[in-house]
Amino acid sequence: MRRTLFAAAAAACLLLGAAPRPASAQTLRIGLREDPDILDPTLGGSYVGRIVFAGMCDKLFDYDTKLDIVPQLATSYEYKDPTHLILHLRPDVSFQDGEKFDAEAVKYTLTRDLTMKGSLRKGQIGAISAIDVIDPLTVELVLKSPDSPLLAQLAGRPGIMIAPGAAEKEGPKFGLHPVCAGPFSFVSRVAEQEITLQRFPGYWNAKAIHFDRVVYEPIVNSAVRLANLQAGTLDLVEYIVPTDVPAVKKDPKLKLAMSDSLGYEGITFNTNHGPMAKSPIGESADLRRAFELAIDRKALIQVVYDGLFTAIAQANPPISQFYVPSVQPRPRDIAAAKKLVAASGFKPPISVTMIVPNSPDLLQAAQVIQAMVQPAGFDLKIQAMEFASSLATAEGGDFQAYLIAWSGRADADGNTYSFLHSGFGFNYGAFSDPAINTLLEQARLTTDIAARRDIYAKMWIEERKEMPIIYLWALSNIVGMKRQLMGFEQVPDGIIRLQGMYMAN
Amino acid sequence: MRGFLGSRLAQILPTLFLVSIIVFGLQQLMPGDPALVIAGDSAGDPQIVAQIRGELMLNRPIPVQYLHWLDNLLHGNLGYSWRLQEPVSELVAQKLPVTAQLSLMAFVFAVIIGVPMGILSAVKRNTAWDWLANSIGLFGLSIPTFWLGIVMILVVSVWLGWLPPSGYVPLAQNWVRSLATTVMPAFVLGNAIAAILMRHTRSAMLVALGQDYVRTARAKGLSEWVVVLRHALRNALIPVVTLGGLQLGTLLSGAVLTEQVFSVPGFGKLVVDAVFNRDYPVIQGVVLVTALLYVVLNLVTDLLYFLINPRMRAG
Repeated sequence: MRRTLFAAAAAACLLLGAAPRPASAQTLRIGLREDPDILDPTLGGSYVGRIVFAGMCDKLFDYDTKLDIVPQLATSYEYKDPTHLILHLRPDVSFQDGEKFDAEAVKYTLTRDLTMKGSLRKGQIGAISAIDVIDPLTVELVLKSPDSPLLAQLAGRPGIMIAPGAAEKEGPKFGLHPVCAGPFSFVSRVAEQEITLQRFPGYWNAKAIHFDRVVYEPIVNSAVRLANLQAGTLDLVEYIVPTDVPAVKKDPKLKLAMSDSLGYEGITFNTNHGPMAKSPIGESADLRRAFELAIDRKALIQVVYDGLFTAIAQANPPISQFYVPSVQPRPRDIAAAKKLVAASGFKPPISVTMIVPNSPDLLQAAQVIQAMVQPAGFDLKIQAMEFASSLATAEGGDFQAYLIAWSGRADADGNTYSFLHSGFGFNYGAFSDPAINTLLEQARLTTDIAARRDIYAKMWIEERKEMPIIYLWALSNIVGMKRQLMGFEQVPDGIIRLQGMYMAN
Repeated sequence: MRGFLGSRLAQILPTLFLVSIIVFGLQQLMPGDPALVIAGDSAGDPQIVAQIRGELMLNRPIPVQYLHWLDNLLHGNLGYSWRLQEPVSELVAQKLPVTAQLSLMAFVFAVIIGVPMGILSAVKRNTAWDWLANSIGLFGLSIPTFWLGIVMILVVSVWLGWLPPSGYVPLAQNWVRSLATTVMPAFVLGNAIAAILMRHTRSAMLVALGQDYVRTARAKGLSEWVVVLRHALRNALIPVVTLGGLQLGTLLSGAVLTEQVFSVPGFGKLVVDAVFNRDYPVIQGVVLVTALLYVVLNLVTDLLYFLINPRMRAG
């Protein structure tokens, strides 16, 4: 009787589980770590939103696997002089609703980014003072002043081109029915459930596309994301947490793609933001340097992240062309750290409270740091906080130290200016150093990459004297996928590009 | 009857008004700045953050913000989600049926597991069956939902490959796939309720089985199952049915956690994501609609009592 019941239950489950579904060779199902926000490139601000845009919308430029800027909807560019950038556009490109892509469309999109109510792109391309259409396939951007990060911005969200007619018709609701010039067009979205795209037959690079549909499914719980990949209901998961890597490696049906990411994790100190800056660690650069010397980054990464991340002492990861090889993390040195504590004039134990976003891995990392800095004379208290609350707390200056990550940008300016220049939003501790400000501004005005790297090298020397941020580790992109999924090219920005991907039989 | 109905209806609007003030007030106590969350990776630009605060009226006094929201509400507009730019009313209409389906299925699970186990446990009192049923009941009450959910995903979906690990397909789209995606979360959600129903059924049945009318039925020579099912159970079920009704509310709140574990895009997941993203219009809309549902359900229950119980009508 019991056997019959069990068999009946199993049969019912199998019947339900075996219900018809689209053939996986035709549909690519991608698991996202969270639900994207509005799918309007002017209004959106989430990282996972960029992954969906990559399936739907081409940009003027893109990055290749070496982080070089490569043509996409623009075929080339030239600087007439440092304040006049000329873009040559790809011919015979149309948007998914049939509207033609041309210089007027570029002008419309960039103007929308600069002027639309609620635009998050205004600051990113704020250097543009005029957009002139030279001919249908040539646009000239006139800049207020030289702006070296601009090209990188045009390879990011501001470079996403949208169909002017559709945008005009939909207004602020464009994100509910976006129309772009990418490989897949928007079909539907059920919030927190799935976003469905279908192949756009008129795509200019159609031969690189081998799926009929793409479905993005947000699954917040990393264990459930992994279970879906293991069970075969997802073809690719854009982020596998390091602790799940062994499970993927062990599964013969799955494979991993890993690369250095642009993102990093670091500790920001409050050096100058309100009364909370009046703490020993906020007032003394010696103490901040001692704190850093007490941390063994490699051991920390090994314990918490199975050694999958890379120890760093600067905001740009080793894969970046702006990485300065001479700026390396110093090995843990408790004796030297104790000397610095003594030199600071503060009597140990030095009490430091660190805000940590409430995720298990970060809390574990904070506990390891707590144990590491204790012998140097620090009494580190961990204050776990839900992420949005931690952001507001830091923004209000109500903190001494804050363990916070940054998703990273290919251009160094995106990883440094807002964090270290006085008066900018990610500079939570209101750190202010005229020498660093000057160097960051110089880097913005310089277009030659080698020259910019030299400026950043000087800037890091200054930064490490004051140490407003201790850079700990560069993150990794860890993508899990079915073994038969081929053609995936991993770009360090972590964005999943669908061109060239196919399912082998 | 008319007076009773009138007085109950008159209580609805003040109740909802109070709920709206409480929700709005509590929400302001939540730490965190919606503008920073919405700005995302553009939050490094103070001008962008200030612009968002202005556009969302976050820089206006709280009473002004409340009155603005109330004004929209009185015009039938629950507002727009700040994160998704979708009307809150559409989100509510989209998610409510998902949670309703999940809760209903969970309730069915709870009844078909809990009631027979309770009967078996009472009838076979102090036997191995009784101990087994009690142990299962204790297990159901003690086990955390999220743990059971993860274990079931691992066993049923990953190891056995019987059911999809997460997600949701609407009933109207494909009822078989819909059941496949909801059967596990419904079981997990119904599990604790089944345990409660089992324990209450057991004690009610034990009382009923000791009554004179049961002894009389047995003396008349009726078979034991007829005595148990027709005579004892019918009376024992009255408090169990009342309890079951009360547990429907528990199911709605329990769905919050279950929907997170199984990525079921229902009401619970909507409100949790809205809280994490400080999407105030969604939080306000969902809580207000939930309050309205509770008020209406309570009214319906009261009316049913009124119709069923002659003593209330006389009063």
